[in-house]
Amino acid sequence: MSIEFLLNGERIEVEAPPMSRLLDVLRRELGLTGTKEGCGEGECGACTVLLEDVPVLSCLLPLVQCEGRRVDTIEGLARSEAGPLIERLVSLGGVQCGACTPGIVVATCALLRQTENPTRAQVAQALAGNLCRCTGYEGIHRAIQALAEP
Amino acid sequence: MNPRSQTARARSDLGTRESEAARDDRSPARPDGFAKASGSLAYADDARLEGMLFGATLRSPHPHARIRSAHWRPERAPAGAIGLLARDLTGPNGVQLLDDAWPILAGDGVHHVGEAVGLAAATSPEAAQAALAAFEIEYEPLPARTTPAEALPSDVFTELEILHGDVAHGFTQAAHIVEGTWRTARQEHVYIECQSMTAWIDTDDTLVVQGSMQCPYYVQNALSHALKRPAQRVRVVATPPGGGFGGKEDYPSLLALHVALLALATRHPVRISYDRHEDMLATSKRHPSEVHHRSGVDSDGRLTAMDVDILLDAGAYRTLSPVVLSRAVLHATGAYRCPNVRIRGRAVRTHTLPNGAFRGFGAPQVLFAVERQMDRIARAVGIDPLEIRLRNVLEPGDELPTGQVLDDSTSARLCLERVERETDFRRRWREHERQRSTISGDANGSRKGVGISLYLHGSGFTGNGEKRLASTVRARLRSDGRIELQTASVDMGQGSCIVLPMVAADACGLHVDDFVVAEPDTSRVPDSGPTVASRTSMIVAGEVALAAQEICGQIVDAWGKRIDSAEEARLEAGELLAGSRSEAFRQVARCHYLEYGASEVTRVHTPPAWQEFDEESYRGVAYPTYAFGADVAEVEVDPDTLQVRPLAVTAVCEVGRVLHPVLCRGQIEGGTLQAVGWALMEEAQCREGHLVNDRLATYLLPTVQDCPEIQVVLLEHPWNGVGTGAKGVGELPMNGAAPAVVAAIENATGLAIAELPATPERLLVELERQGLADRTQPS
Ligand code: FES
Ligand code: FES
Repeated sequence: MSIEFLLNGERIEVEAPPMSRLLDVLRRELGLTGTKEGCGEGECGACTVLLEDVPVLSCLLPLVQCEGRRVDTIEGLARSEAGPLIERLVSLGGVQCGACTPGIVVATCALLRQTENPTRAQVAQALAGNLCRCTGYEGIHRAIQALAEP
Repeated sequence: MNPRSQTARARSDLGTRESEAARDDRSPARPDGFAKASGSLAYADDARLEGMLFGATLRSPHPHARIRSAHWRPERAPAGAIGLLARDLTGPNGVQLLDDAWPILAGDGVHHVGEAVGLAAATSPEAAQAALAAFEIEYEPLPARTTPAEALPSDVFTELEILHGDVAHGFTQAAHIVEGTWRTARQEHVYIECQSMTAWIDTDDTLVVQGSMQCPYYVQNALSHALKRPAQRVRVVATPPGGGFGGKEDYPSLLALHVALLALATRHPVRISYDRHEDMLATSKRHPSEVHHRSGVDSDGRLTAMDVDILLDAGAYRTLSPVVLSRAVLHATGAYRCPNVRIRGRAVRTHTLPNGAFRGFGAPQVLFAVERQMDRIARAVGIDPLEIRLRNVLEPGDELPTGQVLDDSTSARLCLERVERETDFRRRWREHERQRSTISGDANGSRKGVGISLYLHGSGFTGNGEKRLASTVRARLRSDGRIELQTASVDMGQGSCIVLPMVAADACGLHVDDFVVAEPDTSRVPDSGPTVASRTSMIVAGEVALAAQEICGQIVDAWGKRIDSAEEARLEAGELLAGSRSEAFRQVARCHYLEYGASEVTRVHTPPAWQEFDEESYRGVAYPTYAFGADVAEVEVDPDTLQVRPLAVTAVCEVGRVLHPVLCRGQIEGGTLQAVGWALMEEAQCREGHLVNDRLATYLLPTVQDCPEIQVVLLEHPWNGVGTGAKGVGELPMNGAAPAVVAAIENATGLAIAELPATPERLLVELERQGLADRTQPS
């Protein structure tokens, strides 16, 4: 079955079973491996993408649900709005092994679209579904707080 | 010019000082950071190869069973799939680590649930899974011993003992004798990237194995041993691990053998990527422990005797347990001075998953025990937790149980004093103690408490490990005038990709971007040893800087001769200088390359002669130095649900020289949270040999919402013994937060938890045991 959707601003058509996980379609069919699999069951957030601006877990999302909708992945966001965030994550200790980072960047972009200068508590709420085993989350907090600085 | 003497000069008037705030010019951004954050860096499972097959593993459902028969029925498998059993192996069926007793595939019997019995390969991961149905295994279940208690006394893998002074005499001098038994749980690493490995055969018949690992040369060694291939025909390439924490130290050797066997059998590239469930089911964990303390103190609370008995559950195979046990016995008395010590350690065999390396490597377990023991002693003596520590803290000149005399880099007291200043611990602790006995909870129904811990971690390999290893590094001039640093160190997030160039740049008078760090590929880099034991920044970086310096020396000399200056040529901030002459280094280096080719310098690390350790008697210098830390944790306990919320942890760490403040801080923050998780919620539970919580839905670890505010204070104390002057920092923080958090719970509630994790269930049991139910109910 062929599914059509808007991926990182471009209209694409994918030939795949409708119940395929979006995560597999991105990684295997489209070569977009920035979206990671950390658990495959909705617990870690490494596979986070935006569906119509809302962060969703692509390991739980059947491809068919993307039909006609807007999907943004880390590859698209890194080229556009995520630049300043990524720069601060890198310089302030928000990136260690990096396996969680794309998911965290995607989830944070969604937060920043809604809330320009989020508080520590708002960040914690928005990233509650994104596990990071390396940083203790402090570097991530520092980076997001630093976005408010000139 | 020797970088050691140079740094010594630079630091001679410093004394102990505090490292700068997080963002400072000593912290250039890690070069792999953008690629990681933007998703473009290729991890082990990211790039697909032409014609690649996928592997799957058949695992034992029994903790202990004899294998009566084992067959592969190709007619039941998807077309083209292949299957392998132990009998198909042509070499020794063992993963070479300390020995090769760990089977690649179970042969006559299985010894833990999840043990690999068969391997299948097919054209997709799904087909490979389906192919597992084509194995027919007949098991005869046997009685299983799944706890250390059942394993004793017969099934002991390793036993170690340290004797110091006269323990019996020490107890006769004691005014108080305090006993305690402290237990810790099996902890899962949960690196976010699951294990993944790919193997193929190159056209020249070289076996190539590429994947997520900490120790490429361990993997090469294991492949060469079991496949009976010379090491030159085994090439191992480490992809950037998406987290390791020790979990990619031992296990990747087994996984590498699995994919290699399938690749050799099919002549296709083969990949195995575990999903989370399989990763949790199959890979090693932190050793569960039981530590018994019997301590004597005089009436002032000064230790007169310590008798410590450590029991580690090694699981079904020995793997790295003897080395983990070694670190455990060597850290058992913590950061305290005691003239009379007996330490016994045993690692026992059970029919459970083999436990292995995990950040801290045996030290977190014993430090949890000794720290809680010190709190118990303080209560017996009637002094506060800070005071008992100040009275017993190790000072320069003190002797460890091994007889090692500590040098003046021993900074435990500084850490304690600093954390007290930072947190006002003593006053707050007393206040909570008083409140607890007079009122029942805060106005909002919760209770707060604070706890303190003091800890240390021996830097680098234990004992003669470095001597045996003879860590080798190389620097090599490239045609573009940059210098390539070749080591087998793997950057699993800790940041060697920037720390190695920084140390080299500092030693040479160059810029960070004058260096390139080689990919850890055994065909290109020498064996600088495994990326473990917090040894990279201290030892590998020091050697590679010296190698780079030698190359620069050659270039400077050649340039000096060429320009024929009367003045001596030197190198500063990327410029070659002699009198009034100057030229950019990169330019000169390019010409040097054209004229003399790729000069390269290899160096072998030799530990200092004074680092002598006798592995028979456990006497001598087990570690060239120790990093120290002191934590204060604050928690809040809900008196109804007994849920513990960690509010804040302040970690004061003295780590020698801080090479990169942002990354150093990051190590401490991350390690602290792993320790908080281990203290409060993390436990890979085993019931009759079966892992109960084998998914992230059931194995809980801290999310950003469970995370305390972590404040880090870095202290630098001059130390010039080995390498860069940095002490190991990777593991240190894992030793501190757990006892501090559990002490804070006691301060808040009066409940002294003797077993990690301190879950609400355990608190409830303790509450009932102590018969305090009425006193902790909110009024
Ligand atoms: S992989 Fe989707 S939440 Fe973990
Ligand atoms: S940086 Fe490694 S999991 Fe977040």
